[in-house]
Amino acid sequence: MNNKTKVKVENLNCFYDDFQALKDINMEIKSKEITALIGPSGCGKSTFLRCLNRMNDLIEGARIEGIVCIDDYDIYQNGTDVVSLRKKVGMVFQQPNPFPKSIYDNIAYGPRIHGIKDRSRLNEIVEKSLKNSALWEEVKDRLDTSALDLSGGQQQRLCIARALAVEPDILLMDEPASALDPVATSRIEDLMKDLAENYTIVIVTHNMQQAARISDRTGFFLMGELIEFDRTETIFEKPAQQKTEDYITGRFG
Amino acid sequence: MSRKYKQFFGFMALRLAGLIVLFVLFYIIYDIVSKGLSSINWEFISQPPRRGMTEGGIYPAIVGTFYVTVITALVSVPLGMFGAIYLNEYAKKGRLSRLIRMAIRNLAGVPSIVFGLFGVALFVQWFNFGPSLISAGFTLGLMTLPVTITASEEALKTVPDAYRKGSLALGATRWETIKTNVLPLAIPGMMTGSILGLARAAGETAPILFTGAAFFLPHLPDSPFSQFMALPYHLYILATQHHNISVVRPIAYATALVLIVLVLLINLTAIILRIKYRKKFENK
Repeated sequence: MNNKTKVKVENLNCFYDDFQALKDINMEIKSKEITALIGPSGCGKSTFLRCLNRMNDLIEGARIEGIVCIDDYDIYQNGTDVVSLRKKVGMVFQQPNPFPKSIYDNIAYGPRIHGIKDRSRLNEIVEKSLKNSALWEEVKDRLDTSALDLSGGQQQRLCIARALAVEPDILLMDEPASALDPVATSRIEDLMKDLAENYTIVIVTHNMQQAARISDRTGFFLMGELIEFDRTETIFEKPAQQKTEDYITGRFG
Repeated sequence: MSRKYKQFFGFMALRLAGLIVLFVLFYIIYDIVSKGLSSINWEFISQPPRRGMTEGGIYPAIVGTFYVTVITALVSVPLGMFGAIYLNEYAKKGRLSRLIRMAIRNLAGVPSIVFGLFGVALFVQWFNFGPSLISAGFTLGLMTLPVTITASEEALKTVPDAYRKGSLALGATRWETIKTNVLPLAIPGMMTGSILGLARAAGETAPILFTGAAFFLPHLPDSPFSQFMALPYHLYILATQHHNISVVRPIAYATALVLIVLVLLINLTAIILRIKYRKKFENK
């Protein structure tokens, strides 16, 4: 696999007030691959993920230095349209966060704010998104019921469908399965593998088996630094760094 | 003394404190109902006072209180909501938002008579509205502002942050997020809190004393710039300023009863709204 580079991160530093959360990160994320980010809590992997769609802008005191290029466009340059950036770079959160609306309105939320009003066009998007997130068969007869009545795993797939509905290129997932049971987790993992055919996926996970199972490349973060970034087999079978080996063999973290 | 008894007496003391609240409320209501109910009839509700307020009803005062409360709501609810939206959704945690919050806290502590005098200076004289419904309504509106802002902010805080982040991550602007994903959930709570503030304002005397409430008017107010009669002020006159206090005592109690019923009705609206809102949140 020699896909082209989708995201290129150069000398990225991120600060929360005086605390440096990311130190000089360099990384190339390939198109239509799953890139997993692993590391102990507080190592900066979620911060890194939020740098990619500028969700860190929302955190008071957050400051970013360096370059993040998506399709050769630096998203931190002045005049970047954050709205269209986030349309292109979707995000799924750790806790499923369906809006307290119907299933239909959850999926249609994104398309609607981006100006799609036509009902039949919205119907199409809702159906397609739910099919892509493997939820359609379970909910097609109750699209107008509340999304909060779904199970946790269904809610998370709904959130994935909601992100897909605005037709992003990249999907960022921040521990998307950590709040779910093993069955729901494995469904999400299968789904991610399917989605990787069309989307570039970056996933933060605490679960190393998960990273090993689904990802093409893995990055290991420790205390704000990217210790090692390589093909997943290499990271898990013969890592170059002692720290990486210590972590994946469970000697710390 | 054994630990068991300590606990027993401790709980008794706490329970007593709770019961005292109940007792005070029921005693006030009992006292007013028992002494005022006999004077209440259709004429009392629908006629103006006659013969130096010794006969007739309190219709103009009911209408006046209604009008002034509406103006209060028009001032305080939108200002309070917008202020709360700014503070909770937009303002950075800096010197400005600290200053605004401090101002709100202090505003809540300003005595109502000071608000009354402030209203005279600002609305009656400086804006030249004269003593009028609008001067009194604006004064009451400013007075209730801390309540509506605080209540609205609390309502906004109950909306989970995940809804905001979820919406922003889909490429919505902050305003779109607030409009479509935050306000629909917060508005019932905002209304509940604001209504409780209005109920308080409807019963205030000091702020309207110099800003528009009239001792006696033979006709209803015909514009926002008219003076008006109001229940709390009317009650104050009947209870303390009338030339024949003992004769009008039953009328005073009846007026108090009407005022209390009115305030309880307003509070009831808030309670109903809250129950409806809670159910809606749980079902979904």
